[in-house]
Amino acid sequence: MPERRYLPLLALAVAVIGIQLAVSAAAAVYYLTQLTMSAYYCLVVLGLCLLMGYAGQISLGQAGFFAIGGYVSAVLTTLDLRSLAETPAVKLLGRLGFLAERKDLYENTLLCLAPWSAMAFALLLTVLLALMIGLPVIRLKGHYLAMATLGFGLIVFRIVLGTRFLGEADGISGVPPFPLFGLRVSGGLAWRVENYYIAWALVFLCLLLAVNLVHSRVGRALRSIRGGEEAARAMGVDTSRYKLATFVLSAVFACLGGIFLTHYNGGIGPSEAASMKSVRYVAIVAAGGADNLWGALFAGALLNFLSLRGTFGSYDDAFFAAILIGVMLFFPDGLLSVKGRGR
Amino acid sequence: MSFEQFFQYFLSGITQGSIYAIIAIGFNIIYNTTGVINFAQGEFLILGGMIAVSLSAYLPLPLAVALAVAVTMGVGLLIDLVFIRWLAGPSVLRLIVITMGLSILLREGMLHLWDEKVRALRHFTGSEISSLRILGAYISPQALWVLGISAVIVAVLNLFFKFTLAGRAMRACAANSLAARLCGIRTRRMVSLSFMLSAGIGALAGCTISPLTQTQYDMGAPLAIKGFTVAILGGLGNSMAAVAAGLILGLLEVFSVSLLPLAYKDAVSLAVLLVILFFKPGGLFGRREEQVLKEF
Amino acid sequence: MKRMLVISLIVVFLLSAVSLLFAAEKGTIKIGAILAVTGGASNLGAPEAKTLEMLVEQANASGGLDGRKVELIVKDSGGSPEKAISFARQLIEEERVLAIIGPSTSGETMKIKDICEEGKTILLSCSAAESIVNPVAQYVFKTPQNDSFAVIWIYNTLKQKGISKIGVVASNTGFGTGGKAQLEKYAPEYGIDILIAEIYDKEATDLTGVLNKLKAKNVQAVVNWSIEPAQSLVAKNMRQLGMTAPLLQSHGFGNIKYVEAAGQAAEGIIFPCGRLLVADALPPKHPQKALLTAYKRQYEAKYKEEVSTFGGHAYDAFTILVEVVKTAGTDKEKLRQGIENLKGFAGTAGIFNFSPADHNGLALDSFEMLTVKNGKFVLLKP
Repeated sequence: MPERRYLPLLALAVAVIGIQLAVSAAAAVYYLTQLTMSAYYCLVVLGLCLLMGYAGQISLGQAGFFAIGGYVSAVLTTLDLRSLAETPAVKLLGRLGFLAERKDLYENTLLCLAPWSAMAFALLLTVLLALMIGLPVIRLKGHYLAMATLGFGLIVFRIVLGTRFLGEADGISGVPPFPLFGLRVSGGLAWRVENYYIAWALVFLCLLLAVNLVHSRVGRALRSIRGGEEAARAMGVDTSRYKLATFVLSAVFACLGGIFLTHYNGGIGPSEAASMKSVRYVAIVAAGGADNLWGALFAGALLNFLSLRGTFGSYDDAFFAAILIGVMLFFPDGLLSVKGRGR
Repeated sequence: MSFEQFFQYFLSGITQGSIYAIIAIGFNIIYNTTGVINFAQGEFLILGGMIAVSLSAYLPLPLAVALAVAVTMGVGLLIDLVFIRWLAGPSVLRLIVITMGLSILLREGMLHLWDEKVRALRHFTGSEISSLRILGAYISPQALWVLGISAVIVAVLNLFFKFTLAGRAMRACAANSLAARLCGIRTRRMVSLSFMLSAGIGALAGCTISPLTQTQYDMGAPLAIKGFTVAILGGLGNSMAAVAAGLILGLLEVFSVSLLPLAYKDAVSLAVLLVILFFKPGGLFGRREEQVLKEF
Repeated sequence: MKRMLVISLIVVFLLSAVSLLFAAEKGTIKIGAILAVTGGASNLGAPEAKTLEMLVEQANASGGLDGRKVELIVKDSGGSPEKAISFARQLIEEERVLAIIGPSTSGETMKIKDICEEGKTILLSCSAAESIVNPVAQYVFKTPQNDSFAVIWIYNTLKQKGISKIGVVASNTGFGTGGKAQLEKYAPEYGIDILIAEIYDKEATDLTGVLNKLKAKNVQAVVNWSIEPAQSLVAKNMRQLGMTAPLLQSHGFGNIKYVEAAGQAAEGIIFPCGRLLVADALPPKHPQKALLTAYKRQYEAKYKEEVSTFGGHAYDAFTILVEVVKTAGTDKEKLRQGIENLKGFAGTAGIFNFSPADHNGLALDSFEMLTVKNGKFVLLKP
């Protein structure tokens, strides 16, 4: 029955609403902060799960796409264009409605790009880069693929770390809230519940997209690639196109996560592009079961939540490494995957 | 650029390059026997250096280094026994991920066993300020040690793989592990041996560079990435090519400093990595010269 | 599905257990700290965390703060801003701490500056960027000296030596790039010509390439600005290259382990620093002498390692808080005003004179010029 695949989505919606009501009742609304941040990291995880579990491609560079989304939107919404206000380029941006004037916390007036136009640029750049990187990358396999994606992530890290207008080691702060359909993506206390729902609604939408994808022709084509690429090609499946499409889609998911979290946090730093982050995403997808969207989502929410609360203290990285090793050794199908499901 | 300056960069370049080459050889040894890329290779260098520094407070330097190498070889053996040996038909993805996890665990382990402070081993000869003048360029005696010990390692490994029974058994495993097993070679032992060997040469290299580069718990990963770039540049599994590739990368990096701002130095090795992976993943010396260079 | 159920139950238990852990005893004063105890900035955060733990222990042993026990909550951010943000929110909303000490790096501090201001919680940062207190946010203070002071001291020393052409190398951390920016900013004013300025990666293991470039330009002095082990590397590489120009470092050099790592190459290095490292050489009546020698003795006895000036920033943050609580109690607004009105307070970094417009409180005289002689830190004789 086609409706069965949507049952877990319903369960997710119920869980999200339920948790919010529970914490509000218990006057523990502060938990929503880490849950909101985890939601945005889950977007990256979802994209990676599609890539690893369904297209069979490992990527150690998802943090790179996350950082591109975050940094582009951060830079464009904080770069003060008032000194260039008379140049034709800026005037054009103004006429197209891309600019927005705002006041920062210290009563200075700034002229920057509006958040939604910054988001558009970030997404555009991500898609372009994903296509450029993806074309050569999908031809690689195994450790070559891993190292190529790792190399990409490292280059993004080096660029953000070494460039003056990207904030170098300090990153970018003072990123304004993102007004969205009458709501705003912002970390302020007053908008906590609102932002919690925005984040999880975004996750819900992406999950819906992913579920439909997986159960469509495209999804079956992807699974055939993972099962055996030569056989798939023999059956007439255009493996390159599907792998590239999945790569770009996972990049877009990561980029969205980066954009929204940056507006929520009010800033971003080079640590978001670090290879350690990419390894964590892989650990989460592995733990949840590479081909299990729900598993990945659950693992992503739980592990990021605990990590952001500092539960693992100074052993944070070690813990993720241990999960990685443990799952790969003992549960190669993932802790939460259902045996014999669409392998 | 005057000749002295050129030669100065040249010396720096081949010193750096020989370190990268040793790390790449470590990768290749394990890769040849198991098909595994051991991401924890960088940590072997640091582990060796750390242990040697701790021991050198109580023991004479050569003994400290020897013990550090021995202990690190033990760690290599342990890694094989605990994590690799009993995996039945593991996928490449699984192995990559496991060794990445191991790299992190080793690093965190070193952090909590020692601490975040930097250490440096005593110079083998001379001190921190000794400087030799060669053809107008200045070099620390320790850099000569690095070059010398790297050359010795390459030479000894060459002899080992060509003339000893164990070495040839390992080459047999690399060529075709099923056939090797049919010939009576204990492939599992060869795998353990390859881990121990990689760990050992890593540790020795780590001790030798420690006086120059200093040793800190988190230096393993960047070294591993450079080493991996060199291994791929030369062609995975091809250790003589790794030496050439290492020298090439080392020289490229150092000479880039003379032309570009220093901030781009790391971009050079990353660019090399991506270009090679995208256009010639078999490496510079892959395919055509396979007959001549593959035998190590 | 069953596995999911089991795991959900585990999660619920975890959550409740975790929240129980956080349930404070009645009547403790909670002070939060966000420090980079591990990770890339650990040579800042680790001594800061140790200092705070030591001070809180001492405070509790002598009756606590305002009659109540102090509970220190240290969060290890590992130097990442997103963790700092999450912990800041956690400490402010969940733990309702009185104040937050830290973070260790300027990048993290800038990310939580607005959060603390909005959450009306006092932030005593242990990082040095001037943008932390400029523009002034009512609840945000910092305890380290300004980088510009260090730069001015260095330039004055260079002028005394008759040096005007220098080469600058700095690491790519916030500390390094911030220092380089200040060096470039003040150079024209002091008649210094920076012939070449380069940034190296903080993980760099060999700087002979870039130093060769400086050597080729015949710089009269080299100024290095970093806080990691590369400081020792610069010293060693310079001597290995046969460079005789003097080496000046930033105040990040203020830990004897860098001298040890550099060995003989450290002889003659000149750098500005707070008085902590030469406490014994201070005249007996000096306002900082007593607390500096006590801190040095206690820290080294407890942790078996040398003090560093970075731990001192956390020391100052805590002792300032304690001092102001004595008069203002635990009302956050009164505390804030209390800090703003604190004058003549002796800390490890110098004498603090806060004001509503100056949330750092330190001046040029908080530094001394030090040098290394026979492997020890001594005052530089002019």
